[in-house]
Amino acid sequence: MKYGVNEHGYYGDFGGAYIPEMLYPNVEELRQQYINIINDEGFKAEFDDLLKNYVGRPSPLYHAKRYSEKYGANIFFKREDLNHTGSHKINNAIGQILLAKRLGKKRIIAETGAGQHGVATATVCALMGIECVVYMGEIDMARQAPNVSRMKMLGATVRPASSGSKTLKDATNEALRDWIGNPVDTHYIIGSVVGPYPYPDMVARFQSVISEETKKQLLEHTGNELPQYVLACVGGGSNAMGMFYHFLDDEQVKLVAIEAAGKGVDSGESAATTFLGQEGVLHGSRTILMQTPDGQVVEPYSISAGLDYPGIGPQHAHLYKINRAQYVSVTDDEAMKAGLLCSQMEGIIPAIESSHALAQLEKMKFDINDNVVICLSGRGDKDLDTYIKYFGY
Amino acid sequence: MKLSDKIFAMNNEPLTMNSSNRLNKLFATKKDNLLSIYYTAGYPALNTTVDIAEALEKAGADFLEVGFPYSDPVADGPTIQHSSEQALENGMTLNQLFEELTELRKRVTIPILLMGYFNPIVQYGVERFCKKAAELGVDGVIVPDLPMYEYEAMYANYFIDNNLSNIFLVTPQTSEDRIRKIDELSNSFIYLLSSSSITGGSLQLTNSIEDYYKRIKAMELSNPTIIGFGISDHKTFEQACSYANGAIVGSKFVKLLAEDGYMEKIPGFIKGIKG
Repeated sequence: MKYGVNEHGYYGDFGGAYIPEMLYPNVEELRQQYINIINDEGFKAEFDDLLKNYVGRPSPLYHAKRYSEKYGANIFFKREDLNHTGSHKINNAIGQILLAKRLGKKRIIAETGAGQHGVATATVCALMGIECVVYMGEIDMARQAPNVSRMKMLGATVRPASSGSKTLKDATNEALRDWIGNPVDTHYIIGSVVGPYPYPDMVARFQSVISEETKKQLLEHTGNELPQYVLACVGGGSNAMGMFYHFLDDEQVKLVAIEAAGKGVDSGESAATTFLGQEGVLHGSRTILMQTPDGQVVEPYSISAGLDYPGIGPQHAHLYKINRAQYVSVTDDEAMKAGLLCSQMEGIIPAIESSHALAQLEKMKFDINDNVVICLSGRGDKDLDTYIKYFGY
Repeated sequence: MKLSDKIFAMNNEPLTMNSSNRLNKLFATKKDNLLSIYYTAGYPALNTTVDIAEALEKAGADFLEVGFPYSDPVADGPTIQHSSEQALENGMTLNQLFEELTELRKRVTIPILLMGYFNPIVQYGVERFCKKAAELGVDGVIVPDLPMYEYEAMYANYFIDNNLSNIFLVTPQTSEDRIRKIDELSNSFIYLLSSSSITGGSLQLTNSIEDYYKRIKAMELSNPTIIGFGISDHKTFEQACSYANGAIVGSKFVKLLAEDGYMEKIPGFIKGIKG
């Protein structure tokens, strides 16, 4: 693949494995084995079976007719919100739990922001009967309480991350510290296309089922497997990378990644990484991240807990730098309005993360024949409190 | 010149050299019971870095590791995390640290290493960082999240050209091949972690740790070895020194810096460790 990773884990200037020696054996074991495991026929069969019969894939590609009328193009929603556990996160969790089993790991750790990845990981651990510890920022535990309860119900231990900004990046730090102390028996299921190589590539491969299905479904709907536009929201960037993956080499397809502007890119309360970030190293990879001139990581803000990460995956940083994808941002207000609109025009309450992608439609000009695919990465059940408070219902 | 030749040349430089040879000179003249102390610059307050270094030298520390703080110290436990957060709140930056270090070589003669995470160095500029550190009399650098491949492929020349030692870590899980390679790329000492853990843990000398120390000793590496992580008193120091050339105390000393009158307590602290 033209835009894929090289043998040292780099996408152009980005990627690599900037990890302390304590993590080297774990990461190296993964690096040596992940391609063989993923390409093994037995693995593929088990992965596909679980995606079909447990997750409920393929997820529909829904032609949103009222949206199409409103925006003057053929708007399609890729319905990752209909997956078991309510988001795209389960695709990666299934892949990694099967991989962990083949590596002989007895214990799983994960980080979570909105809680969707935590729930997905707790779910697959229950399914496989493996011990599960999920790290979650204290602030996120409060604003995503239903997901904390879900994880507990599923048998996982949820450990609060109380350092730093008490959100996703700090949960990731805690998970990495746990892994350092448990180098032999534990696998770390990273939830996004971030982290040291091979994680960004591995997670992208597990999420690539999104675009693989989309191509087939679009062919059925429109007679052409290629749309004019593909839109997805980006925190770390896993649903976007899965949504872009099989379109990357089709250069005529315009890829649009939507970051969270929070209260506005210039407000000091934002998570618009490509607007506000510089190149640097975080959580094991060289990427673009929000930081001070002294190289201290800045605490991001978004109303959506799944998007307030100070970096983006290294492959996104590469696609941004070489202009293969366009990176834009949407504010809290624009996203919340879009979430309400989708609820009342299409009968779908989207996760606030996905509402960011929907809000971008307002800013684009389409030709009437354009086919536009938006990744509806998750459902809004977890966000009802936030929506209700925001709209004052 | 090939990288490995450059490093070989550095390892075999005559000992009459300039500042950059302080580490090698130390290891050539003193082979046992070397004590290194780690502390975080800017903690408990700004403008204490050189005062603390001077006090540690007087008290008998053989070399020092000065940490520069980072917002996301993934390899550190609560004590050093806290000191880093506090140092950042106090306003510590690399620029501030370099300003404080301008006085370093007027008052301190023992080798000094800087220790910290890679991102602040990337922002400062890796080459500029190496130049500046060397200029101020820094002898080496420990960057836990700058691994061997990235170091060798992209950055080694900046360190070598400035006569700065880059120190690699080895854990009980590091393979023999990798340790050999680390030995080749090292030019002062190798930092042996007592276990795979974050900083600030407690250390019980188990059979498996002893086996690991013995395994490393039997490898007869060309660089000296210093043991760190979990060294907190005379007993753990002595144990470490029976397998390596010395040991590093970090979190335990950082805890002392939180106490009132810590400057006066430094001699007693060092004496307590050395026995």
